[in-house]
Amino acid sequence: MNARMVELDVLRYDPEADNEPHFQRYVVPCAEEWVVLDALNAIKESIDPTLNYRWSCHMAVCGSCGMMINGEPKLSCHAFLRDYDGVIRVEPLANFPIERDLITVADDFIDKLKRVKPYLIPARNEPVPEGEYKQTPAQLMKYRQFSMCINCMLCYAACPEYALQPMFLGPAAIALAHRYNLDSRDSGRDERQEVVASNAGVWECSFVGACSEVCPKAVDPAAALQQVKVASTIDWFKEHLLPGGGK
Amino acid sequence: MSRKPFVREVSKTGWYFKHARYMRYMSREITCIFIGAFALLMLCALGRLSEGQAAYDSFLAAIEGPWSALGLLIVLIFAVHNTTSWFNVTPKAMPVQIGEEFLPGKYIVAAHYAVWIVVSLAVLFFAGAV
Amino acid sequence: MAKSNKPIVWSLFAAGGTLAAFLAPVLVMLFLLAALGHAPSLLHYSQLHAFAAHWFGKLFLLTVIALFLWHAAHRLRVTLHDFGLRADASVAVVVYVVAAAGTLFSVLYMLRI
Repeated sequence: MNARMVELDVLRYDPEADNEPHFQRYVVPCAEEWVVLDALNAIKESIDPTLNYRWSCHMAVCGSCGMMINGEPKLSCHAFLRDYDGVIRVEPLANFPIERDLITVADDFIDKLKRVKPYLIPARNEPVPEGEYKQTPAQLMKYRQFSMCINCMLCYAACPEYALQPMFLGPAAIALAHRYNLDSRDSGRDERQEVVASNAGVWECSFVGACSEVCPKAVDPAAALQQVKVASTIDWFKEHLLPGGGK
Repeated sequence: MSRKPFVREVSKTGWYFKHARYMRYMSREITCIFIGAFALLMLCALGRLSEGQAAYDSFLAAIEGPWSALGLLIVLIFAVHNTTSWFNVTPKAMPVQIGEEFLPGKYIVAAHYAVWIVVSLAVLFFAGAV
Repeated sequence: MAKSNKPIVWSLFAAGGTLAAFLAPVLVMLFLLAALGHAPSLLHYSQLHAFAAHWFGKLFLLTVIALFLWHAAHRLRVTLHDFGLRADASVAVVVYVVAAAGTLFSVLYMLRI
């Protein structure tokens, strides 16, 4: 194994002992093809078993290992050591409270996901014996891109509006609402609009676009949010200008 | 085990200095100052125009000069920055699905640039500048 | 949470931004030429007056000035918020009043031509 010594500055925080977080320097032998997650695992295995962090699949599909690597939100299983020079700074994902070490409190994000009703709300609940809902490939392609979200929260870490206004629903939640709104099997858009079209919903977004830049699955939440703004605007004019609210 | 989550403060006035992408965003957003200022200039011109030849001619004389030209050049740079950044993100707001595929964004962007050039040339021609 | 009324100002912002994207550079260019002492003929009093006297000229000038102002107003509101000036309600009132005043003045000037 081609090993080189890699230095990492990892932000530590023990809620029972510390008043605030502090960096700890680790030096660990790493193989050339390793990612930051491998380095963290090596540290935990042989240098410091008290280091805490989330991870699972190690292949950028579970969304567990999001953290700030040299100030950039990344999946630690997706950040190759060979792309970094010098000391690598590893911190918990930005814009979320720190629970312990690299683990953040994700409650706000989970709560927001729930609030957009991220499930199919059909017009009528057909009984199962009636058969399955049919969907053409073209209907699938309409929303497919936005269904690829792995809930890794990198977009929330990148979004300055979420940083400044924690009430903001945020990129992933709104993109997810859009995914269901675009689904031909769904009729729940009106219900979701109560949350999505509010001031703390899509209208807090100022199209910085950082969310799409950091998304590891090319979901392009920024595009989803702009499309939601356009649709919500058309809605608003229909509701306020057409008799019967355009319904 | 007791919990004591730590909240990291974010500077409300300095957050955009932390990353190049935020600086790019701010540079895009401040184009509005120059667009707004230019709109007010046009409003001034209109106001003087409504007051008659003497008033309008003195307005034209007032905006002639090197400082004026420099100012308007800066406005022009920001106006063009607005144009390019606006065109580049337009495809995101209006996806065009054809069958199972989506029209690549670059065609939408290219069409915008084409229209921009045509419209600009038409205005220059109509204004007697070319 | 109630549905927001932001769509009103956002649609003005979007329309103004699109119009500005296509027209602002060339319009600035006309004034820049004037600043350099080579004002294009449309900016001479007689031609500009004739243009503004025509219904199309009125419509064009009113639309451009008003939409540019509303675009700039809404975007400035958001940008000041980003710069750390968080009194959003007050800022909104100020910028929209300026845009409204500008729109009103352009109508008034237009009626006099």
